[in-house]
Amino acid sequence: MKKVISLLLSLISLGIFSLYAQENNGGQVTGNFQSEAQYYIEDSQIGAVAVDENVLVNSWANFAYTQGNFSAGFRYEGYMNSLLGYPNMGGINNGIGIPIKWAMFSNDNLEITVGNYYEQFGNGLIFRTYDEKMLGVDNAMMGFRVKYTIMSGVYLKGVIGKQRYYWDYGPGLIRGIDGEIQFNDMIKAFAESDLRVSAGGSFVSKYQKEEHPIYILPNNVGAGAGRLNIIYKGFNVNSEYAYKINDPSAENNYIYKPGQALLINATYSQKGLGVVIGTKWVDNMSFRSDRNANLTDLSINLMPEISRNHIYTLPAFYPYASQPNGEWGAKAEVFYKIPKKTLLGGKYGTTISLYYSRVQEIEKTRIADSIPISSKGTLGYNTDFFSIGDELYYQDINVEISKKWNKKLYTNISYMNLFYNYDVLMGVKGHENVYANIAIADLTYKISSGVAIKTEFQGMFTKQDKGNWGLGLIELTIPKWFFTVFDNWNYGNPDADDRVHYLNVGFGFVNGGNRIQLTYGKQREGVMCIGGVCRNVPASNGLALSISSTF
Amino acid sequence: MKKLFLILITGILCTTLFAQEVPSVQIKDLNGKTVNTKSIVENDGKPVLVAFFATWCKPCIKELTAFNEEYEDWAEETGVKIVAISTDNARSSSSVAPFVNARGWEFDVYLDANSDFKRAMNVANVPHTFLIDGNGKVVWQHTTYLEGDEDHTFEIIKKVAKGQPIK
Repeated sequence: MKKVISLLLSLISLGIFSLYAQENNGGQVTGNFQSEAQYYIEDSQIGAVAVDENVLVNSWANFAYTQGNFSAGFRYEGYMNSLLGYPNMGGINNGIGIPIKWAMFSNDNLEITVGNYYEQFGNGLIFRTYDEKMLGVDNAMMGFRVKYTIMSGVYLKGVIGKQRYYWDYGPGLIRGIDGEIQFNDMIKAFAESDLRVSAGGSFVSKYQKEEHPIYILPNNVGAGAGRLNIIYKGFNVNSEYAYKINDPSAENNYIYKPGQALLINATYSQKGLGVVIGTKWVDNMSFRSDRNANLTDLSINLMPEISRNHIYTLPAFYPYASQPNGEWGAKAEVFYKIPKKTLLGGKYGTTISLYYSRVQEIEKTRIADSIPISSKGTLGYNTDFFSIGDELYYQDINVEISKKWNKKLYTNISYMNLFYNYDVLMGVKGHENVYANIAIADLTYKISSGVAIKTEFQGMFTKQDKGNWGLGLIELTIPKWFFTVFDNWNYGNPDADDRVHYLNVGFGFVNGGNRIQLTYGKQREGVMCIGGVCRNVPASNGLALSISSTF
Repeated sequence: MKKLFLILITGILCTTLFAQEVPSVQIKDLNGKTVNTKSIVENDGKPVLVAFFATWCKPCIKELTAFNEEYEDWAEETGVKIVAISTDNARSSSSVAPFVNARGWEFDVYLDANSDFKRAMNVANVPHTFLIDGNGKVVWQHTTYLEGDEDHTFEIIKKVAKGQPIK
């Protein structure tokens, strides 16, 4: 309560101050607010539980004050109590407070941040801190950051701090530097060249005092990465290599093996056509500011997934998650627009997208005949750089065709074939792998300006796991409002008693930067993944309210 | 809960009082060049529409496709410039250029791979669109995309281009 009052007071004073400042042609206050609330009803058939509190609410609000080169802000967060399915072991996430506070000074060349901040070096292979509220991930740094533009095209960043761990900080100290040179901007003679080259390098070191009863562990763990980006006309090759010294941790079962990662993406594009080819190889690259941490806690880096991020409900049942202990992956994507005013293109053109991705294990061999792979306290295993093992983790093949037929009708048809290694990706043992075919038809019919009906028909066909699913959705939108009904039906469940309808109804109102949405219905148990991290979403039944506002 | 609403209301009051300027954040263009967000919203005193999107966000793609169909007409009538900010992270940021070029989108697209600009603009979810007037002030914003929203967006752009009040 005291905190809320002090927050309100600070807010009001900020408001008054900025009103004053505004008159002096200066300061401004901006921010946002979001609240997610759920009322839980028990439903034993789908495994949904009720909670003692009846209702659980996650809320947060950001406030930032800016005047000239100076800005400062804070984030209020309240988990009263934390929604089910978010990381909250032993109630660690429940509470209310102001975990994020920062102040920043910046001018043309220099930016200094004190307090909390988020930062990424290169592709994030050795350093990425970010927040993803819908996953309950926030590994914000608390400390100092300096960004300096030495000269045009030459950028330097330095960070030091600890990472946020719920309402506290993790034990590890993180120090990092990153530099990038964009040669075409640095050397004026190349400014207009068709060939664009940039190179970057970073180094991150983590300090955590060694306190293990048996093993002698490194107090300091260093990681380095180098990247190169070459662009010539429509071609673009982006590559990064990272290396980390031995870092025994709970996640790699305390092995003393160094880690490596390589990421290459090559693309070509011109008007009407885009092609992407990418590969990734990762060996033992889990990197956290507490060697005992797990799941979404205290990650210093993030290995981007190679597969596509699925946007429809049924394909998202089996989401891919990066395996930092070792994986090889490859992808290919083609985007093509059949031109307007052709037989197949029609009046508006037709867009065809193809996606393919495949992920396998890396080849690991024993360090000695008598020592199993990844045995605690050993060098773990041997592996050649860029080795590829036999076991398939994941594969998806997608075709998607989007077409606007006329001013009224828009359709998006897609098909997907999926392989999902359930044991590896879900971290369980003995579950059968899933082979699925998924077909989706998404149709939007515009009745008049601002009034439209959207329907979705999705079918997932599989002999494994919970069998076949069908989903039908209808959504009516009128200016500022939308109304949705959908049924997600597990009609092919091998157990006839579990052929459940997950029926949902909802509506929402949007006005400017404000949005409010209310839904009632059942949600299936599953996994939700955003940006390389996943969380389990428990089955639920009940009423959900979502409010967001940007100001 | 009551307290939350208090905060919300205070916040909304703040909205009406202050016109926001676009914060200074470093993001990258599709050629990997670092650019400051202040410079991308310059348009010789004409309005700029800043649209946050992601390649995995269906309503975002619908919105930008709709903008693209109208862009030529809108620009001719009001001088508006559209810039699209991709919030795709390292998973899909390298696919943004092929994705965008294949669709033939005419507007400038930038990469905000760790959501620095998104955070600085207090965007909760994509799609989220801001209209910047000729003086660099954020004068209007909109979250979510509902079918036909682009018509309303254009009405606002026309008013802002003429220097008329929005309401």
